[in-house]
Amino acid sequence: MSLFEHSLRELKDKLHSKEINVTDLVNESYNRIEEVDEQVKAFLTLNKEAALKQAAELDEARGDDAAKLFGLPIGVKDNIVTKGLRTTAASQFLDNFEDPLYNATVVNKLNEAKSVTIGKLNMDEFAMGSSNENSSYYATRNPWNTDYVPGGSSGGSAASVAAGEVPFSLGSDTGGSIRQPAAFCGVVGLKPTYGRVSRFGLIAFASSLDQIGPITRSVEDNAYLLETIAGYDNMDSTSANVEVPSYTDALTGDVKGLKIAVPKEYLGEGVAPEVKEAVQAALKKYEELGATWDEVSLPHSKYAVATYYLLSSSEASANLARFDGVRYGKRTENAETMLDMFKRSRSEGFGNEVKRRIMLGTFALSSGYYDAYYKKAQQVRTLIKNDFEKVLEDYDVIVGPTTPTPAFKVGEKIDDPLTMYANDILTIPVNLAGVPGISVPCGFSSDGLPIGLQIIGRHFDECSVYRAAHAYEQATDFHKQRPSLGGAR
Amino acid sequence: MSRISKEEVKHVAHLARLSIKEEEADLFTKQLDDIITYAEQLNELDTEGVEPTTHVLDLQNVMRKDEPKKWIEKEDALKNAPDHQGGQYKVPSILE
Repeated sequence: MSLFEHSLRELKDKLHSKEINVTDLVNESYNRIEEVDEQVKAFLTLNKEAALKQAAELDEARGDDAAKLFGLPIGVKDNIVTKGLRTTAASQFLDNFEDPLYNATVVNKLNEAKSVTIGKLNMDEFAMGSSNENSSYYATRNPWNTDYVPGGSSGGSAASVAAGEVPFSLGSDTGGSIRQPAAFCGVVGLKPTYGRVSRFGLIAFASSLDQIGPITRSVEDNAYLLETIAGYDNMDSTSANVEVPSYTDALTGDVKGLKIAVPKEYLGEGVAPEVKEAVQAALKKYEELGATWDEVSLPHSKYAVATYYLLSSSEASANLARFDGVRYGKRTENAETMLDMFKRSRSEGFGNEVKRRIMLGTFALSSGYYDAYYKKAQQVRTLIKNDFEKVLEDYDVIVGPTTPTPAFKVGEKIDDPLTMYANDILTIPVNLAGVPGISVPCGFSSDGLPIGLQIIGRHFDECSVYRAAHAYEQATDFHKQRPSLGGAR
Repeated sequence: MSRISKEEVKHVAHLARLSIKEEEADLFTKQLDDIITYAEQLNELDTEGVEPTTHVLDLQNVMRKDEPKKWIEKEDALKNAPDHQGGQYKVPSILE
């Protein structure tokens, strides 16, 4: 059995009692990566030499193992900046960005908690995509069936955990990029409330939507990791100065009296029958556990995808202006002028999806179109946000599927941007509203692919989301299933 | 009716500092036109008087004193640069 079958807290206990040492855990990661990553392709860069050195040092300092993540091996999405460790956001533009100058705040927090960074995880370029096929290196595959996508953009973060390469990882979520791959790969992924986790050092895609969050095998591990990375940061003026509660204390297993809202729009047209059945079975389980649910409406849901693509692309067009080939990254050969250098460096460094979104955003922000597209989308965002706030006045959580379908096949949707975008229809509204959402495993399709249950809560009420997710998880065993990749672990 | 012409796509690419080839311009025009057409469903909604949301939280401006402080050394700032000379970033000529 893999050591990573144990929870993070169990691993800490085993380290403390000297049953295992940190080097064992780090070796477990690299051995598994060697065994399966040729198929899964979850990692872009490995940190092996430094990680093994750090493991040896931590093993020397075993008396001092109180730190929250002492010796635990973690994978980090490649759009999170790591000092001295190559950070590419899966873009050719940053292919040569070998030596970043500082750590993202979340990475500093991981270091303070003494986790060991195993490597950087594959993703869609600059987090733009839902299948990892937009990685400029190679597409990560779904560990449950490598003909299928792992989801995206945090595909590497979810696949690495599902494949047992690391026990936990960090992803980022702008329109579903943690929850959708977590659902497709059968693991637990949380997008925290906007502002809950510092974005300092997260390569910005859409700054009013981006959040970093944990991907884990269990809800308990997820809550444990969020406790470590959440909190106010004076380097991110959009991080919220709100106290971080004990999320693990919220895992009581008790959901008696919990009031659940089920939006009819989330079980409507376009949602696969197998997914509906899995969600309905989950609601039945909640009833057995003493919770109640009612059907509600989030009437503006169908406008979320259009709103999201206008707003996120507009923000991206501004954020990605920093990639100019001057201070770091790609520089074209033999440019005659500065303007020519900018244009050619960017065109050679960016993939088509990134170019498409930069152009869409530039268009939506350009004079003559600003009011019709950008401002209109901001107004519809208000309506979508109000939908959530209204429902959450009367209910503790909102429950529905994470995605309309299980994972799709590699190549199936990549040629049609709109079909790909529609895949995020149930996760995007959560980012627009800024509320927290989690995906937990709730079943399998007839093809043996995981299905995810999405649980959404009020601003800064991750406790209720975790409590509801944990009680359901403990009453089911979907999270205990493992892909048979390279021999079951 | 198309929402965006090929000429507009080329103009937008210029504004975004992207150079696109002729055949790319054809593909992007088609795809952007599809996306913009899709986005126009927002016009079904009456948003007269609705406040635009720029941010979901009730954020305050964060002010601090504008004081110089040590961040990174010059040589570190230059080490990822594609080209530099004499302690400065080097770029092609700015004037055409």
